[in-house]
Amino acid sequence: MKTFNQHFSTFVMTLGIATSAQAGSITVKGSDTLVILAQKWAEVYMGKQANVKIQVTGGGSGVGFAALQNQTTDLADASRRIRPREIEACLKSFGKRPTEYKVCLDGLSVYVSEENPVKELSLPQLEAIFTGKVRNWKEVGGQDAPLTVYSRENSSGTYEFFKEHVLQGKDFAASAQTMPGTASLLQAVAKDKNGIGYGGAAYGAGAKHLLIKKDEGSPAIEPTEETVVKGTYPIWRHLYVYVNPALDKGEIAAYLNWIRSDEGQKVVKDIGYYPLPKNLRE
Amino acid sequence: MVVFREMSRTSPQNKRFIGWKGLRRGHTARPLEWLVEKGIFVVSLSTIVLIFLIFLFTALEALPVFLGNTNNSLVQKTIPVEAMDRLTPKQLREYLGLTEKEFAGMPRETLKSLMEVKIETASEAPNDKDAALDTTSWRYLLLPYQWTGYDKSEYIWQPVSQIQKYNIVPLLIGSLKTTLVALLFSVPLALGAAIYVSQLSKPRVREYLKPAVELLAGIPSVVLGFFALMVMATLLQKAFGYQSRLNTFVAGIALGLAVIPVVFSIAEDALTSVPRSYTHAALALGSSRWQAAWQIVLPAAIPGVFAAVMLGFGRAIGETMVVLMASGNASILSWNLFDSTRTMTATIAAELAETVTHGHHYRILFMLGTLLFLVTFVANLVADVVIHRLKHKLEGK
Repeated sequence: MKTFNQHFSTFVMTLGIATSAQAGSITVKGSDTLVILAQKWAEVYMGKQANVKIQVTGGGSGVGFAALQNQTTDLADASRRIRPREIEACLKSFGKRPTEYKVCLDGLSVYVSEENPVKELSLPQLEAIFTGKVRNWKEVGGQDAPLTVYSRENSSGTYEFFKEHVLQGKDFAASAQTMPGTASLLQAVAKDKNGIGYGGAAYGAGAKHLLIKKDEGSPAIEPTEETVVKGTYPIWRHLYVYVNPALDKGEIAAYLNWIRSDEGQKVVKDIGYYPLPKNLRE
Repeated sequence: MVVFREMSRTSPQNKRFIGWKGLRRGHTARPLEWLVEKGIFVVSLSTIVLIFLIFLFTALEALPVFLGNTNNSLVQKTIPVEAMDRLTPKQLREYLGLTEKEFAGMPRETLKSLMEVKIETASEAPNDKDAALDTTSWRYLLLPYQWTGYDKSEYIWQPVSQIQKYNIVPLLIGSLKTTLVALLFSVPLALGAAIYVSQLSKPRVREYLKPAVELLAGIPSVVLGFFALMVMATLLQKAFGYQSRLNTFVAGIALGLAVIPVVFSIAEDALTSVPRSYTHAALALGSSRWQAAWQIVLPAAIPGVFAAVMLGFGRAIGETMVVLMASGNASILSWNLFDSTRTMTATIAAELAETVTHGHHYRILFMLGTLLFLVTFVANLVADVVIHRLKHKLEGK
């Protein structure tokens, strides 16, 4: 089995090198959160540079990192930072740490049903709700009704981000229902008048976005481009692209630069994410 | 001898023994047929080999978990990077967890980076009494434990967490619970339909009914799951008034729809293959058609019916898409049918894509896959043994 695996991985590697060595062809793989944006970037860029071919696939941040290790992709999209274990695998495979590029900002909204009278919640309240300490809407200023918590699958970068930044690393309530994607989560919340869920601010038709307070005393803030880019809206994150430093030259470097240029960042806005502040673009 | 040859060449009675092109019998007599036969043999053998290889692959990936060779304890001894030269190559290799081949071809810079990453990992370890635990050992996979921040000992499946919690009991119960609902819903329906179609209905009705029920098998499970998610969940919630919209009950009913055609089809075949003379004899002795079907034909077909139910069980426990979409996927340990539930199959489908290849989470998911394989295998084995016994008994041996 060991030898089979080795043979197989060398086969895959030669295949990967063979495809990426082809002139002007870039493969991109990874986060599902980023996949729509990455496709749009590729489309616009290929329209300008006819000799470059860019191939984008999703699958999840972890899938992107695995492909980066096996050298079957040039760029890995991610909605979370690379983990030490994945850096270790990269080092074993190509001897260098992958280079990290921040490519845009994303705000996370908290949704409730349109019928729900609650308009705003604070981060500590959200923590209590999603860890299962609060089980009734009346404890956070709503009607006397049991809360239904909707969460994402734990393979999602959004899940991890929310857990780390809103739940302070605590576990989600075991009773939280997990949905396979932001769209289906939104569906569920829209249909459930006692439901609450979270997801990218770019989504949101059908349900109500809550205003978020950093703590009880601070003002309630709506997720908009201005508040996310300034950092006043409390739940936001970076989205990343990782690359093997040995490949970060020529076409690929040019593409990465373009992504972070004004032109690339304009595409970010069109898709519904938020552009990088100027000081992060280098 | 000569005479015999003469005879065999001429006698029309013996003509069929003379093979293709008038050659001798055996593989040279009909080389084409022989070739095709061997070809089919190789193809059928390759299916068995393939299944075996799949099992081998799954089991090998999970082997470290079964043997307890994994350790995901976050507190591990680290060696400062400066001390690199004081270590013997063997010590260094073992510390970094490299194979000899990997180690031999690795430049010094990379080794150094690997040592840095080790220290980074250790420094990120949360300040928690549970950080030193190896949560991939069987004790934490099967028994409840009071984790930091929890009020009591609990069975917790939280694989993406500072302290990864891999208790598989909620998933096992989730799978069994959903399968049970599916079988309770589908077996009576499918058996009833099978008895009606094979014994009681008019032949014309039967001609329409049988393909209609079997058409259900043609519905892709993702469509069934979507239907359950969008329509059935809302309707059933309105009808029964429980709290969580997606739960074991909804998933079980939707799963039942996928199981019905499997059980129906095989049970119907088993009932039809009971000799007609049984029914005729019963009718001639004055029994009603219903009595003949229920008391004569059904008992005679019991081994086949049992096989149908076991296959239905296999289908239900292995089905993924329906439960992934309709069960709510919350990993709660409860036998309440109106709570959300998370099954083993849905867990593998939802989580495998994001795991670190060959990491702990990855291996535990493969372990779940191996368990599923074993459960269906044992179920089929038991079914086979029971069927043989029943058959012998029914045939009076």
